[in-house]
Amino acid sequence: MLWACLSLPHLALDGVLRRRIDDAPLVLVDGPANARCVAAANPSAQAAGLYVGQRLSAAQALLAQLEVIPYDAAEEDRWQRFLAGVAYRYSSQVALLPQAIVLEISRSRSLLGDWPKMERNLRRDLTELGFRHRIAAAPTPHAAQVLAGVNDGVAVLSREVMQRALDAVPLHQSRLPEHAVEALPRMGIRRLGQLLHMPRDGLQRRFGAGLLQHIDRLLGDMPAGLELHVPPDAVDWRIELSHEVENIASLVFPLKRMTGDLAAYLSGRDGGVQRFALRLEHRERTATEVAVGMLAPERDANVLFEAARGRLERVQLPAPVLSLRLLADDLPGFVPAGRDLFDERPANALPLEQLCERLRARLGDHAVYRWAATTDPRPERSQRIARQDEDFIEPRVRPTWLLDKPVPLRGVLRILAGPERLETGWWDDEAVRRDYYMVETEQGQRAWAYCAPGEQTGWMLHGWFA
Amino acid sequence: MGTVLALSNLLEGRQVWRGSAAAPVEGGQPTGWPMLDAVLPARGWPEAALTEILLPADGIGELRLLLPTLARLSQGHRPVMLIAPPYAPCAMGWRQQGVHLQRVEMVDADEQHVLWAAEQALRSGSCAAVLAWPQQADDRSLRRLQVAADTGRALAFVFRDRRHLANASPAALRLELAALPQPLIWVRKCRGGNAPVQAIPFDLRTANPVVSQHGYRHEPLQAGEG
Repeated sequence: MLWACLSLPHLALDGVLRRRIDDAPLVLVDGPANARCVAAANPSAQAAGLYVGQRLSAAQALLAQLEVIPYDAAEEDRWQRFLAGVAYRYSSQVALLPQAIVLEISRSRSLLGDWPKMERNLRRDLTELGFRHRIAAAPTPHAAQVLAGVNDGVAVLSREVMQRALDAVPLHQSRLPEHAVEALPRMGIRRLGQLLHMPRDGLQRRFGAGLLQHIDRLLGDMPAGLELHVPPDAVDWRIELSHEVENIASLVFPLKRMTGDLAAYLSGRDGGVQRFALRLEHRERTATEVAVGMLAPERDANVLFEAARGRLERVQLPAPVLSLRLLADDLPGFVPAGRDLFDERPANALPLEQLCERLRARLGDHAVYRWAATTDPRPERSQRIARQDEDFIEPRVRPTWLLDKPVPLRGVLRILAGPERLETGWWDDEAVRRDYYMVETEQGQRAWAYCAPGEQTGWMLHGWFA
Repeated sequence: MGTVLALSNLLEGRQVWRGSAAAPVEGGQPTGWPMLDAVLPARGWPEAALTEILLPADGIGELRLLLPTLARLSQGHRPVMLIAPPYAPCAMGWRQQGVHLQRVEMVDADEQHVLWAAEQALRSGSCAAVLAWPQQADDRSLRRLQVAADTGRALAFVFRDRRHLANASPAALRLELAALPQPLIWVRKCRGGNAPVQAIPFDLRTANPVVSQHGYRHEPLQAGEG
């Protein structure tokens, strides 16, 4: 077993900051209303002298232009679960620890490569998503968490090396129960190594069974007892906008983040999405819903973004938008499009699927289609919009343009060929009885026209031999 | 007077443009009309370039001119895209001409989006040919299509009314179709060569293989390749 730990020390703050473009001073505050304290501060606030644990009143005295956001534990939890979904791509065993995500990686090694490569990929994913992180790997999940806190990037692959690495960990970074961390230094024990060599019965008498259990879990003498995280089968994310947005263009940046997150989440569960909805929430619980549908399940960030943006841009906002919500309750499997080894397309070609999605996003959901022939002899029903063709060739000549509805054809006509009697459709209410001719108009156009049987007057134009 | 330059140096340095120098490249895009191929510099459609087809009216053979090409392209990997055609293509009629309709993507676009859609399709490189029917296209927008066709290595065809003949066009090839007194193709401009002075007879009957097999013509024609 080898566990990787993604330690996320600034989870709540990063969750807020990643939606911002600017770097204005910002703090998260927590605590009772009369004694609010800074729970996290962004770099520009820290540069101004603000620190974690400072009273809000003191912070505001230092910095007048300060954005204050209440710390939201539920929001933090949501981000952690989201990242666990992203990490799910690397392992089927993902679990949540306080401010950290652990995943078992030894079984993914043959698929995803050795640890250094996997570490690089994990770091790249987290950096792209905008989360600061520390990463370590160890044979037990708790040891990985402790080591990630001490030494970013460390990887210990065997129990012996892990034991040595843990020996050097200062007690205050050991994540042991708090009362033990407070009491032990007074007994002259400052490092984890000293503690691990203490007689167990003495420790149990002084600190109870809890500490020993903790140590056993740390060393792997006892199962870690983690509850594995299973990513949910539906997506419901919401972004509160920092101000009321009145034009669509300002929604593009949050939308890009959201579709990027969706792509990361989908590749985590190796799925795609074919339909999702954007809900633009206004005041008083009203909302504008934008449905996004694609021809096939997709998970590429750019495709999702373009599909959503194209549809969003055609929306007229009835009222300012306060928040943006993304809903997807059907996440089907994703089958990547097959490619030919000897592809004749240029190297930087945009796949056809992406082109069609782009056109549909701008022109409408039904703007791109294919015609397929049917076996119905009536010209009005001889073809339909479909992706499946009937394997049938009409033996009699047919034009190349077909009019949706026949229109009267006037002028002097010269009959080139015909007639072809069409007397059919008796099985439903739209029986036709016509003589079709190929005729030439005065301008030299060749038309496919019909008239009542045997009449040769009252021509109706039905197609062109273009 | 400046220094005397040897003519050969100038020519080698490619500083002097010679009118007939550019040797036509044998293209891999025959039109399917041997008489037309014979007069075109590339012996076929200009590759990865814009072709403009000017018509006096709809229904005078503008599709039949292209259908041999479309039939050939629809066998390939890249599909053909039709953008805002004036009518629906008749599925059976196209199939009789050998076009595989499942390789033909239709795009409905309103007037201001036709050129945008055509440009996207051409630039993407995932289409073998793009046929567009813009109502209003100026020199600049056609030039954009020409550049996009070059980027995406695709054939671009634009169908316009004959009255636009008087305006200059950036298209690599301009064909004008005439229906009366008999069907003719006029090559009005072709890049890489001089446009022929005479029109090419455009015999619509020769490219109608299915008609010749099963049609209700009185005189049976030679069966084509189907």
